[in-house]
Amino acid sequence: MAMNTATTANPATSLEGEKPSGKKWRYNPHKVAHTLEKLGLGYFSPIARLIGRDEPAKQVRAIAQNTFLPLLAFAVLLLGWQVCANTVATDSQKIPSPAETWSAWQDMLAFSAAERAKEAAYYQSQGERVARFEAMALQAHEAGNTQRAQAIEKRMASESTKVYQGTTTFFDQIGISILTVLVGFILATLVAIPLGILCGLSPAVNTALNPLIQLLKPVSPLAWFPIVFVFTTWGIDQAPASSIWQRALFTSAGVVTLCSLWPTLANTAVGVAAIDKDHLNVAKALKLGWFKRLWKIVLPSSLPLIFTGLRVSIGVGWMVLVAADMMSQNQGLGKFVWDMYQNGDTASTAQIIIAVFFIGGIGFLLDRIMLVCQRLVTFEEQTV
Amino acid sequence: MAYFECIHLGKTYKTPTGNAVIVQDFNLTIEKGEFVCIIGHSGCGKSTVLSMVAGLNDISDGTVVLGEREINGAGPDRGVVFQAPCLLPWMTAFDNVMLGVDQVYYHATREERRQIANYYLAMVGLAGSMHKRPAELSGGMRQRVGLARAFALSPRMLLLDEPFGMLDKLTKFELQQVLLDLWNRERLTAMMVTHDVDEAIYLADRIIMMTNGPAAGIGDILSIKFERPRDRSEIMNTELYYEYRDHLIHFLEERASVRPALAG
Ligand SMILES: Nc1ncnc2c1ncn2[C@@H]1O[C@H](COP(=O)(O)OP(=O)(O)O)[C@@H](O)[C@H]1O
Ligand SMILES: [Mg+2]
Repeated sequence: MAMNTATTANPATSLEGEKPSGKKWRYNPHKVAHTLEKLGLGYFSPIARLIGRDEPAKQVRAIAQNTFLPLLAFAVLLLGWQVCANTVATDSQKIPSPAETWSAWQDMLAFSAAERAKEAAYYQSQGERVARFEAMALQAHEAGNTQRAQAIEKRMASESTKVYQGTTTFFDQIGISILTVLVGFILATLVAIPLGILCGLSPAVNTALNPLIQLLKPVSPLAWFPIVFVFTTWGIDQAPASSIWQRALFTSAGVVTLCSLWPTLANTAVGVAAIDKDHLNVAKALKLGWFKRLWKIVLPSSLPLIFTGLRVSIGVGWMVLVAADMMSQNQGLGKFVWDMYQNGDTASTAQIIIAVFFIGGIGFLLDRIMLVCQRLVTFEEQTV
Repeated sequence: MAYFECIHLGKTYKTPTGNAVIVQDFNLTIEKGEFVCIIGHSGCGKSTVLSMVAGLNDISDGTVVLGEREINGAGPDRGVVFQAPCLLPWMTAFDNVMLGVDQVYYHATREERRQIANYYLAMVGLAGSMHKRPAELSGGMRQRVGLARAFALSPRMLLLDEPFGMLDKLTKFELQQVLLDLWNRERLTAMMVTHDVDEAIYLADRIIMMTNGPAAGIGDILSIKFERPRDRSEIMNTELYYEYRDHLIHFLEERASVRPALAG
């Protein structure tokens, strides 16, 4: 075959070719606004347009509206909350007011800062002790007393591996919760996507699994917990207290997995089954092998729906996590809420309200992250 | 034996109201390197014939022989171009072409395969836009990718189903030119469905006129005797062109609904 890479000289063929384009970069408010919207940051897109002087009056109005209306709703919430705080009270406790909640938040910050300071102090003194042992060991070596030197080195080693045993703070617990939900979510994804692909590709597998899926989908995390607990107790060794990979974390993660895998599974199956016939014809006409067809055609075309499923899944996972943490005593937000509930005073209820805001905020953040992923994999359909 | 042959080719669909015979006893031979156009009224079964040859639609009766072998299912030995370009929207134009090239030239090095894709994309005039996705390309450019993808397979036969049917007239003329330039270089055996009489005369060596369905078949065959390479305005200035044109239009208007007595 002729490997002549020259283009045809025919003017007709180049009519539709490249347009000469100015290389110089210019701020394009439409493009920036579009990108922001795509990234789920639609709030900032009027600001981007305003910078580009694109209908400034309209943008100012949009910014004012986008800011003012949510603030108004929040103010109404605060008002209702204050009213509740003034009226709802039992013998032992009452609903804390926004002000009380705010001061509880200040206390939590202070407690956490103090805990961090204690930890830093501990490690500093540990470092000093280790250094002292090192100097002593060196001295003993130089004096020719190897036995003593070895004894000191042994003590030094045991000293340097000691870990600070402090109280877990609220922020540690947030970290554990996010870690737990990620472990559960990743497990769910690893199960749901392959199963969903199988269901989508094979009507037989779909027929076989569908009743099971329908049956297990609505089960509450509280019902899953005892079953998962047996599995993790049987299969996972108790980790040392210093490790974050506690058995309870896996129990919680397992419950998250079992509750959150269904949306991804269902969406993957639908996405794979609903693949465009034209695209399958391409695969057929080229006689693509099974794996190549899956990798080049089936998966890319169902990615948008898979990510829709993943987004719902992580939302469900985060939602059931608090309950799962309460049951399994995993050191996450659920445990925090449970402990505060056990305290049963107004200040603890205030801390629970703080936790509620954090649970909501983190759930929102996770959703936004997944939304961005979802938009990034969504290709623009061709129109002709 | 001819290079390509449809022997008693037929298509019957099972419908709730009984069997619908769409195509019946379709017999056609095509020589190697010949360009054949099939014209006929909408819905008569042109696409059905073509998709059976492509292996994308099951054959109900008869057989199709290509290069001494009976076809069995679809395969990259036939390059297909549909009315819709059917590009994969998540891939660039280049990757769309590479998908087929990888499949056919699996024994070549990656660099060689890239060169093949590059060559054909340049040939259709997309040297500068080959790394764009279909959504960024115009309808005409997408169909150029479709042509490049089909030719890059170096297929034994080219199958085109109204490939320019959705394009405006100017773009259509450009693409007919692109197709003819490519075909002049490689002389692939081609079978193209169209309902555009002028397109058929400009491109084809022979024009197959199909009768109306149901049970459509070949009504008449017209050989186009213009020398190649052809020049559109030149052939349009000849009397022969209008004879051909009248013949085809007369068939479509008067004779398409009359099925000739089945021969053989
Ligand atoms: N799956 C099917 N079942 C029944 N009839 C069909 C089916 N697919 C196509 N047809 C019929 O076959 C006929 C020929 O269609 P087609 O080959 O697409 O026509 P053309 O390409 O010539 O316009 C049409 O009348 C159409 O209604
Ligand atoms: Mg058709």
